[in-house]
Amino acid sequence: MKKSTKNLINVALLIAMFVVLYLLEQSFGKRSMLITVLKKGAIYALIAVSMNLLNGFTGLFSLGQAGFMLVGAYTYAVLTIPMAKRMAVYQYYDGGIIPFTVPALVGILAAGLLAAVLAALIGLPVLRLKSDYLAIATLGFAEIIRAIIQWDALGPVTNGSNLLKTYPTFTTVLQPFLAAVICIGLIVLLINSTYGRAFKAIRDDEIAAEAMGINLFHHKQMAFVISSFFAGVGGALLAMYQGSLQANAFKSSMTYEILLIVVIGGMGSISGSVLASFLFIACSEWWLRFLDTETYLFGGTFKVPFLRSGFRMVVFSIVIMIVVLFFRKGIMGERELWDLVTPRKKKKQEGTKG
Amino acid sequence: MNMLKVTDLKVNYGGIEALKGISFDVHQGQIVTLIGANGAGKSTTLRAISGLVRPSSGSINFMGRDITSLNSQKIVAEGIALVPEGRRVFANLTVKENLKIGAYLRKDKDEIEEGIKDIYQRFPRLKEREWQLAGTLSGGEQQMLAVGRAMMAKPKLMMMDEPSLGLAPLVVRDIFSIIRDLKSEGITILLIEQNANAALRCADYGFVMETGHITMTGTGEELLVNEDVKAAYLGSD
Repeated sequence: MKKSTKNLINVALLIAMFVVLYLLEQSFGKRSMLITVLKKGAIYALIAVSMNLLNGFTGLFSLGQAGFMLVGAYTYAVLTIPMAKRMAVYQYYDGGIIPFTVPALVGILAAGLLAAVLAALIGLPVLRLKSDYLAIATLGFAEIIRAIIQWDALGPVTNGSNLLKTYPTFTTVLQPFLAAVICIGLIVLLINSTYGRAFKAIRDDEIAAEAMGINLFHHKQMAFVISSFFAGVGGALLAMYQGSLQANAFKSSMTYEILLIVVIGGMGSISGSVLASFLFIACSEWWLRFLDTETYLFGGTFKVPFLRSGFRMVVFSIVIMIVVLFFRKGIMGERELWDLVTPRKKKKQEGTKG
Repeated sequence: MNMLKVTDLKVNYGGIEALKGISFDVHQGQIVTLIGANGAGKSTTLRAISGLVRPSSGSINFMGRDITSLNSQKIVAEGIALVPEGRRVFANLTVKENLKIGAYLRKDKDEIEEGIKDIYQRFPRLKEREWQLAGTLSGGEQQMLAVGRAMMAKPKLMMMDEPSLGLAPLVVRDIFSIIRDLKSEGITILLIEQNANAALRCADYGFVMETGHITMTGTGEELLVNEDVKAAYLGSD
């Protein structure tokens, strides 16, 4: 297939997707479960892909994702709360000290940029660590960020441990999808570039990569900063989705959730991460909800065993164990959806012909 | 002409002196081999030259320039490529991607495509497996890929670390004929081998290393017939 026709098909598919989304929203309503799940799924897809860029493609086992999302979410919320509402939101801090508001789009970009700057700063010492040590350091960083944001002395900026609210949110399901499509598209471009190839080379064999003239630190830093940028953007989108924001929600369990999505989807597969995000969100928010509610059948005479608050997490844990034991490569392994349409075998034939 | 000049090179690994001050020259257009037992310091020598480990003292001079303190990117850019021990191809990248990584520091896109075609002409097996992941290749094919990948950097000096290790005898013969081909094309080769016999047969010059020192030097033929070398490295035949 020629490159131009391929691009054309991709654009057509995207437009079709947005049309379908629009129709779904019109027929099911903005507050329906389906639309809610789609919104959150799109945001998680972006965050999972950003984590996959680091963990799956560059081979850096980082667990700082929730920290960068938190930075992004707070940057967005703090900057975009309308001036008129500040007094009410920052009721304990005399209306806060930020004397301006920016449009939502600027807020989202600022969210990504601040997360990226922080990543660049902590990357200097942290990226010299290997595997598990890197994971521990980044995890610790995320917890420190959360503590700092809740610190009372920063209250005039972050509102301490109180809720941030009344900042602009989504008006339609198309917004988070558009943001996710643009960001994931950029990440795909990066991965298919020379830099992306260098990331993968570092993942496969650091020493050989260095011997080929690839600057290890420079590339690791780049992957870390870019991944954090998109995690920051994802955090801002998540804040928009939630409508109100509290640092407490961004615990390390959120990072594990995203790691789980990446592993289920397949380390090193973009489409795997996207698929797994929607599946995961649909299951945890919707399809498996019934596991958490006590249910009585036969006119209330029979209580279904096990079903009670928290049982959903038990089922999730079992699913994780099954995935890790039997499907270690996840749904997609390292393949992409488009590899399934044009399998390697066919590519190979084209290769020998041309 | 003296292409590579190593003078009194010392390397420490966590308190252990792996190289205790070695000096040798590599002349342009020659095949030069370092032979010696495991742990003699052969691989360390190559790693020090390619900037993967820092020497504690001594100097490395390449084409008249001091490259002792350069990092590996600069050294690759100067024209020294390494075919690492155990091949170390990027297992989850395709054959073609591996070759492209070899040309990582080159910016001339069209010439890189030409270079890949050249490699395919030399190793038709790689062309057949262009889209296959490198990890699925046989040992011999991986070695071809490792050599091809190093050639993509357009090196003036190619350093090969145990290219015949773990390969079938027929494949080993292929590898040594590839090495001779490279020489005939004007690429200088610094070769490390445990297979001392084959290495000395194709080498113009050889150095014998023992526990961090160079203990003997001579042309390939001289070392092949040397009684000490025979006894220690060539077996009794």
